[in-house]
Amino acid sequence: MPDGGIGASTKRREDVRFLTGKGRYTDDYNRPDQTYVWFLRSDVAHGRITKLDTSAAEAMPGVVKIFTSADFTTAGGIPAGWQIHDRQGEPMKEPKHPILAEGKVRHVGDPIAAVVAETRAQARDAAEAIEVDIEELPAVVDMRAALEAGSALVHDDMGTNLCFDWGFVEDNRDAVDAAIKAAPHVTTLELVNNRLIPNAMEPRVALGDYDQADDQHTLYTTSQNPHVIRLLMGAFVLSIPEQKLRVVAPDVGGGFGSKIFHYAEEAFVTAAAKVVGRPVKWTSTRSEAFMSDAHGRDHVTKIELATEKDGTFLALRSTTLANMGAYLSTFAPSIPTYLHGTLMAGNYKTPQIYVNVRAVFTNTVPVDAYRGAGRPEATFQIERVIDKAARELGIDPIEIRRRNYVTEFPYQTPVAVNYDIGDYNALMDKLIEIADVAGFPARREESAARGRLRGLGISSYIEACGIAPSNLVGQLGARAGLYEAATVRVNPTGGITVFTGSHSHGQGHETTFPQVVASMLGIDAGSIEISHGDTAKVPFGMGTYGSRSLAVGGSAIVKAVDKIIAKAKKIAAHLMEAAETDIELKDGRFSVAGTDKSVAWADVTLAAYVPHNYPLDQIEPGLEETAFYDPSNFTYPAGAYACEVEVDPETGVVTVLGFAAADDFGNVVNPMIVEGQVHGGIAQGIGQAMLEAAGYDENGQITTGSYMDYAMPRSNDVPNYKVDHSCVTPCTHNPLGVKGCGEAGAIGSPPAFVNAVLDALNSGGIKVDHINMPLTPSRVWAAIQAARA
Amino acid sequence: MYAFELVRPATVAEAVAALAEDGAQALGGGQTLIPTLKARLAMPEKLVSLGGIAELRGVTVEGDEVRIGGGTPHATVAHEVAKAYPALASLAERIGDPHVRNRGTIGGSLANNDPSACYPAAALASGATIVTNKREIAADDYFQGMFATALDEGEIITEVIFPIPQAAHYEKIRQPASRFPLVAVFVAKFADGVRVAVTGAAENGVFRWTEAEEALSADFSPSAVEGLSADSDGMIGDMHGTPEYRAHLIGVMTRRAVAAAG
Amino acid sequence: MPQVSMTVNGRKVSGEVEGRTLLVEFLREGLRLTGTHVGCDTAQCGACVVHVNGNSIKSCNIFALEADGAEVTTIEGIAGKDGSLSVVQAAFQTHHGLQCGYCTPGMVMTATSLLKENPAPSEAEIREYLEGNICRCTGYHNIVKAIQAAAAELGSNRVAAE
Repeated sequence: MPDGGIGASTKRREDVRFLTGKGRYTDDYNRPDQTYVWFLRSDVAHGRITKLDTSAAEAMPGVVKIFTSADFTTAGGIPAGWQIHDRQGEPMKEPKHPILAEGKVRHVGDPIAAVVAETRAQARDAAEAIEVDIEELPAVVDMRAALEAGSALVHDDMGTNLCFDWGFVEDNRDAVDAAIKAAPHVTTLELVNNRLIPNAMEPRVALGDYDQADDQHTLYTTSQNPHVIRLLMGAFVLSIPEQKLRVVAPDVGGGFGSKIFHYAEEAFVTAAAKVVGRPVKWTSTRSEAFMSDAHGRDHVTKIELATEKDGTFLALRSTTLANMGAYLSTFAPSIPTYLHGTLMAGNYKTPQIYVNVRAVFTNTVPVDAYRGAGRPEATFQIERVIDKAARELGIDPIEIRRRNYVTEFPYQTPVAVNYDIGDYNALMDKLIEIADVAGFPARREESAARGRLRGLGISSYIEACGIAPSNLVGQLGARAGLYEAATVRVNPTGGITVFTGSHSHGQGHETTFPQVVASMLGIDAGSIEISHGDTAKVPFGMGTYGSRSLAVGGSAIVKAVDKIIAKAKKIAAHLMEAAETDIELKDGRFSVAGTDKSVAWADVTLAAYVPHNYPLDQIEPGLEETAFYDPSNFTYPAGAYACEVEVDPETGVVTVLGFAAADDFGNVVNPMIVEGQVHGGIAQGIGQAMLEAAGYDENGQITTGSYMDYAMPRSNDVPNYKVDHSCVTPCTHNPLGVKGCGEAGAIGSPPAFVNAVLDALNSGGIKVDHINMPLTPSRVWAAIQAARA
Repeated sequence: MYAFELVRPATVAEAVAALAEDGAQALGGGQTLIPTLKARLAMPEKLVSLGGIAELRGVTVEGDEVRIGGGTPHATVAHEVAKAYPALASLAERIGDPHVRNRGTIGGSLANNDPSACYPAAALASGATIVTNKREIAADDYFQGMFATALDEGEIITEVIFPIPQAAHYEKIRQPASRFPLVAVFVAKFADGVRVAVTGAAENGVFRWTEAEEALSADFSPSAVEGLSADSDGMIGDMHGTPEYRAHLIGVMTRRAVAAAG
Repeated sequence: MPQVSMTVNGRKVSGEVEGRTLLVEFLREGLRLTGTHVGCDTAQCGACVVHVNGNSIKSCNIFALEADGAEVTTIEGIAGKDGSLSVVQAAFQTHHGLQCGYCTPGMVMTATSLLKENPAPSEAEIREYLEGNICRCTGYHNIVKAIQAAAAELGSNRVAAE
């Protein structure tokens, strides 16, 4: 094994450019003669445009052209990438999502017109001079009210605000109803999974360029998946053949899901660059991001858990309203359905489960995947209702989980998925050790001496990563495949470029993927380069989201390297006049088994490109292979988390004192990076549970339109974390035995935090069943007051 | 931002002259004004930067008072008054973040009088004197409601004079997003009585909690204000806290401030 | 249009700006020093932190004209002339104190200021000092660790020099 192979905490090579200010983010790209666009956005949530006069604005200094929906009559709408069928088998309602508003605005931030000008300031100045009158309509904000008869309609022609009413598994519905009715004990909880704004630190940017000479469009954009953008935008919105459209996503400053989706601004700059004959650049301000980036979560749920008196789970029923916002964002319909319903078994052998989700249109920003995407929503319900059941039944929260864990694998859940492998008890054992659960009572006493209430919250989670296989997800409504592609190009002198369809926006692929290849070939990782993010360079790939890059993208690389090795062995066999079956590859050398004959890696690669002595009758020259990998199943990372908090009962202020995470990610390529992923996920989970919430008032105005009101986790809000990934059950169906680690932290941590606060309160004699996230000081204090009243 | 002209006078006299023009507005450290301009919520024709005026910067401690130039950044105050008036230094070193403290000025903060700003609480509780290019204004007369002060158009805060109390403390609970005070209380004990100023809580901005002042003047101990509660009438209600919650916090912060002041 | 002159990373520069041109705009668009980032418009995220006359400030919250005549250091001016990483930069790499890299320039500038003001900060002091720098990726754990490591290394360098 060379240095820097699988299992090494190799320092990240990409860091050097990031640390010295040499990163290449989209906003750092500029094209000669570039123009700038400013979008005039709706300041009301719902209304009819009665007047739109751009003539005065057109006369403003620097204006190149002003666009309205009239300029996009031949363009298609921004498409949804997943079609859900409802309980009756009918397809979901799928309203048009125009690039610029057509007659009606449907959320604060909906773009009405776009000003292209010589400078950004001039574009914004002119946008203010556009005369627009909007006849305001009642805003649809609350999901329950949206479904009542007589509610205003977000999309008039649909006749309803209901996108779909989905049952999963619909055939289980009656059996689950009966089981809950007959159960000795039923624990019920109504809860909200709060609406979040992803807030990658890099705001979105899109730069469109058009080369008239060869009719080529180029879009530079802040995307997690440039090929998906090229496909959706080219095929559905702008009718540009893919060979005429290049999408480049260079260094991207965080995504967390929000940069998966195809956005109107991308289509706009691509189309406008051709119309004005000059490059067009859009850089989102943070204020714009709050009203134009897809939001996340926003579920209102009733969860019911039926148990025996001893805590054995009998049945689970989840009834959820899921906010879609005003339009269907790219993967919106899949989040509350297949990424949520399939996870409702959690780590437990609950025999009967039924999930009902009604997806609702409202006059709010579209809602789509955000780190975890459906799985945090599922986990939060399960882990909260279990904690409540434990309290009601007088069973220790760790014990009730252990009594119900799945212990035999593979395990077929009642919600379609099949867990290949795991060991949830081992994870809980590890957690108890690293969280020092034994020492907790003493720590609680120490807090009590200072007038504080200390609580310990536990959660378990299971995740489904690397969503697949394509033929199955196609049946479930996906309009894209979910494989990944890789090309491995070996250069004559032995160096390698790996072209991957995965996209790194913080995950460290430039470091970890070479570790995988280096381990397979036994060569130095430093001679392996990763290329990603440019549709003109890399094979058609599906990008990075859903913790899929290593499990799916890494597997594609492995498959391609396998092909390279197979061919290289043929070449080596020829060079050494040996049988191909006798060739062994070790430490970067090919040798003939049982002899001292060997040739170096670079001898073989040179022969491939200078084929003077070469089996040309059997194989082609060159050493470059492409593989597409389509997994046969999801991967199922799992973990056990513990959060320790202190509550100040006088103020309601919660302080997170400790957080421990024991995860099973299968095999780990770079422990340092994996731990970093967990850290970040935990902070986002604590953010959701303690700080963050996107607010709307009854008129559909965003009440959290900047960091002045949207509380981002800061360094002094979070503790150091104890993370462990030593419990390993390798994935059984991908070549690396890996599972994915990107979202785990954000999935397991919110219930651990909330359970901890409730433990602190209840153990302190303050009887509180639930507090909706985020558990701000004000909400915790109000809950304490209500309990004492 | 809308377009404007930016001028950088070198003296108070030049600044005053520049501010006399129509549409002119003073720019202190800009930590609140610049975000406001970015949001296009203000439309000055001319911004008069006070940052280049040396005579506005500096801290002097003389006998029982601290004099702080209106253009002095928070970081300088935190450093310079640490010995003479530790409660004021502690307030200054908890405003915003280190970068904001290197730019934001005491004069800018007091001139803006944000209902959630820190400095107004110190000025009011200390019974400070706000010195301008024209006059001296007692803190009790200076604060006139949310974003409202006794300053005239074009009037510049040149200095703030803080009497140094026998004991003082500033206790704050942060609004989780902005990190401004959700509620903060400055308690200052002088020979002739105790002053208690509250910021972050009331719609009308900083105010003196006279009931607590009376109780604490009689007995400067946390128990003196135990059970005393502020009226929730006129308190701010928003997603970060109801009026009742803020009123409750005033009591808690006051007790804790007294305990910490010793 | 008004002219502005300053010294950036040791180089004298000047250019035309508007009154409303922010320092960060002058750096990024005027000088093409794109290492300094913009992550918000309310002066909270800290991706734009640079040093002006030795003090860390948010370059999105100061006009270019206000920095006229100033000494400005940006992230591009932190590494050695030979490209070698500073102690703080190297510690961020060693301890994985960055992921997407977007907040990183501001974090490095802030950490550099902190260690100048307070060579041996406690964990709590580090966390308080980072109050004005938001990171969405790392959960701060490894940033804090990197700064602690840099402090230790700078401390032992100082001892060695004495």
